[in-house]
Amino acid sequence: MLLTLTLAINITLMYSAPLIFTSLGGVLSERSGVVNIGLEGMMVIGAFTGAAVGYFSQNPWLGFLCAGLAGGFLALFHAIACVSFRANQTISGVALNFIGLGAALFLSRIFFDGATMTKPVPNKMPKAFTWLLGDTENQILRNLNVDITVLLAMGIAVLLWFILYKTKWGLRIRAVGEHPAAADTLGINVYRIRYIAVILSGVLAGFGGAAQSLAVVSIFSPTVISGHGFIALAAVIFGKWTPQGSVLACLLFGFAQALVVLLGGGTVNIPPQLLSMLPYVLTIVVLVLFVGRSAAPKASGTPYEKGVR
Amino acid sequence: MKKLLAILMASAMVLTVAGCGGGGNSSSTGSESSSTPEGGEEVKFSSAMVTDVGGVNDQSFNQSAWEGLQTAQKDMGIEVKYIESKQEAEYGPNLEILSDEGHDLIWGVGFMLQSAVMDAAAKNPETMYALVDSDFGADAPKNTIGVLFRAQEPSFLVGYIAGKVTETDKVGFVGGMKSETIDQFEYGFRAGVAYAAKELDKEIAVDVQYANSFGDSGLGKSIAQKMYAEGCDIVFHAAGNVGVGVIEAAKENDKWVIGVDQDQNHLAPDNVLTSAMKMVGKAMNIVIQDMIDGKDLGGQTLVFGIKEGCAGIAPTSEKNVPEDVLADTIVLEEKIVSEEIVPPYSEDTFNAFIESLAK
Repeated sequence: MLLTLTLAINITLMYSAPLIFTSLGGVLSERSGVVNIGLEGMMVIGAFTGAAVGYFSQNPWLGFLCAGLAGGFLALFHAIACVSFRANQTISGVALNFIGLGAALFLSRIFFDGATMTKPVPNKMPKAFTWLLGDTENQILRNLNVDITVLLAMGIAVLLWFILYKTKWGLRIRAVGEHPAAADTLGINVYRIRYIAVILSGVLAGFGGAAQSLAVVSIFSPTVISGHGFIALAAVIFGKWTPQGSVLACLLFGFAQALVVLLGGGTVNIPPQLLSMLPYVLTIVVLVLFVGRSAAPKASGTPYEKGVR
Repeated sequence: MKKLLAILMASAMVLTVAGCGGGGNSSSTGSESSSTPEGGEEVKFSSAMVTDVGGVNDQSFNQSAWEGLQTAQKDMGIEVKYIESKQEAEYGPNLEILSDEGHDLIWGVGFMLQSAVMDAAAKNPETMYALVDSDFGADAPKNTIGVLFRAQEPSFLVGYIAGKVTETDKVGFVGGMKSETIDQFEYGFRAGVAYAAKELDKEIAVDVQYANSFGDSGLGKSIAQKMYAEGCDIVFHAAGNVGVGVIEAAKENDKWVIGVDQDQNHLAPDNVLTSAMKMVGKAMNIVIQDMIDGKDLGGQTLVFGIKEGCAGIAPTSEKNVPEDVLADTIVLEEKIVSEEIVPPYSEDTFNAFIESLAK
C-alpha cells in the first residue's frame, strides 16, 4: 500500500514537473496581456537544446540553462511580432509551434548525422535526495527520490507567486495585463514589461522542455514533447491564471496519469482505451465541480497601441 | 508597419518550411543512381520507397528499409531512391511522384501507407508496389506485394532469454496499442517465457500493460517504473517511442530491458539485455532479388521470419546474456527454423501453445 502510494507520488511529480515550468511561463505571459500559444514550440526547442548541449558538454546543468536561452530566443520573436508589431497573438503562437519543431528537427539532423533523435546524454539531471539517501535499495525511498527539476519547478512557482503579488514589478505586470492604457498614463513602459514577460515565459517553457529531455528521459526524439505545451496552456486557464492554481492543475493532470498507470495491467482488466480517457474526464469533472468561473486578464490577447482609446 | 509585419510573418513561414524539409520543398528526397555494381554486370532495375512520418533516420524500420535499399544498390547494382513523408497527407502525392518517374518496384514503408498504396496501385496498373508491415487481404490487386514479419519468432527468443535470466521470476511487457502486429510481440514473448519456465520447472509471471500510445515516453517510463517496483527485473517493450521511457526506467533502476525492431543496446549499453530484431531491409532485398530473377510475386503476401534471415536477436546479446543461455537460445532458434517449435502470434494460438506445453 505504502509502496503504491509513493509510486503514485513519484509518477505524479515526474509527469507534472515539465508541465509546471511551462504553465508558469504561460501565466507570466498572459498576466502581462500576451497570449502565448507557442509554448509547445518553445518546449520542443528547449528539449532539443537541453539534450544536445547536455550530450556535447556532458553537463546537464549547462544543457538546462541553454534550453532556457533557446526557449527565450524563440519567445523573442513572439514578443517582436505581438508587442512591437501588434500581430494577432494566436497566429504568431501557432507559427512558433511549427518553427520550434521544425528548427529542432533541422538542427538535430545537422548535429546528429541526419538523425531526428539525439544520442542519450551521458549525465542526466540528478535526483533531489541522492545526497541524503545514497544509492538505497529501499523501493519506497527510491520512489520519493524525485528529479531535482521537481523541486526547481516548485521553487520557481513560489518565486513567481511572490513576484506577481508581493512586489512592485508584479503589480506592474498585472496592471499591464488588465488595463495597459491606465498603466501607461502612470508612466509604466507597457512594451518593456510585455517584452520581458514574454521572453521569460519562453525561458520557462524551455526549462520545461529540458525537464522532459534531461530528467524524465535522457534523449531528444521528435515525440518527446507531444502536446505537453498545450496541456500546460490548459493548466493556465484551469488554474485561473495564477501560479498556485496552474501548479495544482498540472499536479492534477500528473496524478490522473499516475492513476492510468497504476490501474492498468495487473489482475483487474480495465480496457486501456477507457483508462486513457481518464485524465481528460477527470479534468472536465474537476473543472465543472470545483473551479467555477474564471476570468482571463482583461487585456490578454489584445495588442496595446499607444494613444488609441 | 503592416508591411514590416507581413515580411516578418512571411519569413517566419519560410523558416518553418525550411526547418521541416531541409530544403525548399515540403518533402526531401534523396537518390543515388550510380548503377554500376561492384560485381560488374549491369542490371536495369530501379526501386524507390516512401517513408511514413517517422522519416528516413528514425532509428527504426524506415531507416532499416533505406539501408536495405542501399545494400541492394551496392550488391545488385540497382537504382534506388527515397522520399520522406512529413505528414500522413503526403503519402498519396509522394507515391504519385515515384509512380510518374517509372520505377520497377515502389515501396510503402509502414502499415499506415496501406490505403495510399492501394490507390496508387489502382491508378497505375503497370507499376509494381510493395507494402511493408501490412497486406491487402484475399483480393489483393495483381500489382501489389504485402510484406509481413513473424515478429513472434524473435519475441519468443527474447522471452526465452528473459525467462532464463530473471531472478525474481517476474518479467514485464509494455505494448503500444493492442493490435495484430503488437499481439505477435506480446504472445511470442509470453510463450518464450513459459517455455523457459517449463525448462526450469518453475512459475514465471508476466505483467502485461498497454500504454495506448506510441509516442508518450513519460507514460512508458511510469509503467516500467511500476513494473520494476513490483518486482519485475526484465521488461520487454514493443511500443515505439514509449519504449524510450521504458529504457530510461531500466537505467534509473539498474534493471534489464529488452529492445525491439533494431539493436537498441546503444541506448543503454549496461541495461539492454538483448533486442528482438525485425530486419525490414533484408526482406526488401529478398523481394527485389526475386523480382530481378523474374519471379511473379504480384498479388501475394510474403511472410518473413528467422528462417529467411529477416528476424532474430541482436548481435550485441553476447555482451549481457550469459553464455550458456545464449547457446540454448541458438538451439531454440534452430528448432524454430525447422518448425519443431511454432511460436504463437495471437491469444488463441498462445492458449493452444500453453496447452501443448503442459502435456
